[in-house]
Amino acid sequence: MGATRAVTDETFDTEVLQNSKPVIVDYWAEWCGPCKMIAPVLEEIASEYGEKIDVVKLNVDDNPAIAQRYSILAIPTLNVFQNGEVVKQIKGAKPKAALLRDLADFI
Amino acid sequence: MIIATGSKYKELGVAGEKELSGHGVSWCATCDGFFFREQHIAVIGGGDSALEEALFLTRFGKSVTLVHRRNELRASKIMQDRAFANPKIKFQWGSEVVEMVGDGKVSGLKVRNVHSGEEQVLPVGGVFIAIGHLPRSELFAGQLDTNSDGYLEVEGRSTRTAIEGVFACGDVVDHVYRQAITAAGSGCSAAIDAERWLAEHAS
Repeated sequence: MGATRAVTDETFDTEVLQNSKPVIVDYWAEWCGPCKMIAPVLEEIASEYGEKIDVVKLNVDDNPAIAQRYSILAIPTLNVFQNGEVVKQIKGAKPKAALLRDLADFI
Repeated sequence: MIIATGSKYKELGVAGEKELSGHGVSWCATCDGFFFREQHIAVIGGGDSALEEALFLTRFGKSVTLVHRRNELRASKIMQDRAFANPKIKFQWGSEVVEMVGDGKVSGLKVRNVHSGEEQVLPVGGVFIAIGHLPRSELFAGQLDTNSDGYLEVEGRSTRTAIEGVFACGDVVDHVYRQAITAAGSGCSAAIDAERWLAEHAS
């Protein structure tokens, strides 16, 4: 992992909810092909826009509590958090240009 | 020209479907089944795909209810036998879907009996829609041949259409396998067919 970092059920509150910047949470799993397709794109976004937004990854197999708290029932799903709340949800794998359009308000 | 426009899942077009998509409403059991462990699941459809999805989901769900408009399935006999033999699969016959119910995530499926008109809400945590696919071939209507379901016709196992220099591949042609890897493979075939055609027609 380069510009993104992993969060867990234990570190979620500090890393995401208490983050002063907007945070993209990438819910993923090892067996999810489309999740792996967008992983490099998220790395690029994290390094290009790192000053404005953080990108973190949550493995849903290892961290079922957070996945359940936010009713994640399909992956990949991206939740954008701001001040502890989900302000945007992006469902499914998309090309970089489409993701950047979805994230325009934050970057 | 290589046409690779793919296909899309058929939607029901009922209330709640769009809002709850990804929140308990899904079109892909292998993708999303994992999230419905120990829950009651509904599968909508009556063909082989619907039964395949239902059988797969019995690995995760507490029960799987197949919701179908008619009183008999159109799936192959062998699939039907497997479904009837599975103790987790229940059948909601002669039922049309009215609405997907839930606040933020699916909590139920409202169905209407096509004979009596009676409505009820099935308490399910997941709804999987398996009523078929639509090939994205509308752009070529009247110009390229399609089969009765709208899939583009190609010559034998090549990617050649009836128009010289026009090739078609992937899910807009293939209605049998529909996997990312089979689509990618046929894309490679189309690239080779196109390259050879260009070489033969170079002037």
